Amino acid sequence: MIALLYRDLQLAFRAGGGFGLGLAFFLIVVVLVPFAVGPQSELLARIAPGVLWIGALLACLLSLDRVLALDWEDGSLDLLATAPLPLEAIVTMKSCAHWITTALPLVVISPLLGVLLHLPGGGYLWLVISLLLGTPALSVIGTFGAALTVGLKRGGLLLSLLVLPLYVPTLIFGAEVARRGAAGLAVETPLLMLAGISAASLAVLPFASAAVLRINLR
Amino acid sequence: MTLTVTDLSVTRGALPVLSGVSFAIVPGEALILRGPNGIGKTTLLRTVAGLQPAYAGSIAGAEDQIAYAAHADGLKPTLSTRENLKFWAQIFGVKDVTHRVSEALADFDLETLADRPAANLSAGQKRRLGLARLGVTGRPIWIMDEPTVSLDTSSVQRFAEVVQNHLQSGGSAMIATHIDLGLSGTELDLTSYKTAPQQLDDFDGAFL
Repeated sequence: MIALLYRDLQLAFRAGGGFGLGLAFFLIVVVLVPFAVGPQSELLARIAPGVLWIGALLACLLSLDRVLALDWEDGSLDLLATAPLPLEAIVTMKSCAHWITTALPLVVISPLLGVLLHLPGGGYLWLVISLLLGTPALSVIGTFGAALTVGLKRGGLLLSLLVLPLYVPTLIFGAEVARRGAAGLAVETPLLMLAGISAASLAVLPFASAAVLRINLR
Repeated sequence: MTLTVTDLSVTRGALPVLSGVSFAIVPGEALILRGPNGIGKTTLLRTVAGLQPAYAGSIAGAEDQIAYAAHADGLKPTLSTRENLKFWAQIFGVKDVTHRVSEALADFDLETLADRPAANLSAGQKRRLGLARLGVTGRPIWIMDEPTVSLDTSSVQRFAEVVQNHLQSGGSAMIATHIDLGLSGTELDLTSYKTAPQQLDDFDGAFL
């Protein structure tokens, strides 16, 4: 299992691996927002948590079609399926690799981009916590979507359409944690909901993804 | 361990293509599948490898015994030849990874290419790497789908020797191929197992 994770990370960091794609996208979205909505700092501060969350979510979405499609194209997914590893472990490692290469850099850079959007001082901690708690759900849900569309040529469009509604609960509660944190309100309720969504996705979706993958590999 | 297939029917695109296929592969023997294009050789191999369910019939003795080599080699272009092999050895959980990998590299004359990224290999060299992968899995039954595609004559000979060694050390193999490899084993022509077109009695025309 560790070998698969290690290989996926190695592939992502080498030339053409797509590392930094999500990061660059996130950066562009957040940098462009102040140009589009104008420089009023109160307005920017109000929309900052939402913008940061949408940017992170779309950046995650951007790299999803690489999660399983590359292995499908070169035949290694078939070979992995005949290996002693259960498919559940394979999809879990795939989500894990996606989280480390795509979501984790977004979490790390988000406070820096918060500065660009005049995020109020108390909001940084809660922004990072909400992203840390919410992005695993994004990766796992995304891997499920990738498993659903793995056999399709140019399945990216279908993948986005399938995954976006599933992302909505995570976005609502994640952005709510960041917003309440920035406004200095109590964050417990949305934080617990967000944690619940992540835990439930992590517990259930690897099995669903593996089942879907078994059907798609036929 | 003997691989026994009894009365197997396989489907491609929800249509049965082969039915009533029965054979047994004992250790030390190879089964060579013959038959024209489209007869269902790949479908049969994928079913035996466990990648798709059997339509009817049973497969015994295949569980965790099979190393499968498909048309695609499953190589990562940015990893070197050695890294590709090492990854598969680790995935299959063999004990002496380094030893196995260098043995497989030697078997297919890939030592000089060991540190080259797979992207820079020729088609024949990629194929050799794909076949070398079978050796690092440590699995006794090798299932190969047209393994000699894009190999030159000396590589084909080398490949036949490797398979022969594998058979002598108690392994077995199932190979779909159109050329003669000179291996000890039986040939199975799939033409006679072709599923006859069926008349559907309960076809619901209104459904269309």
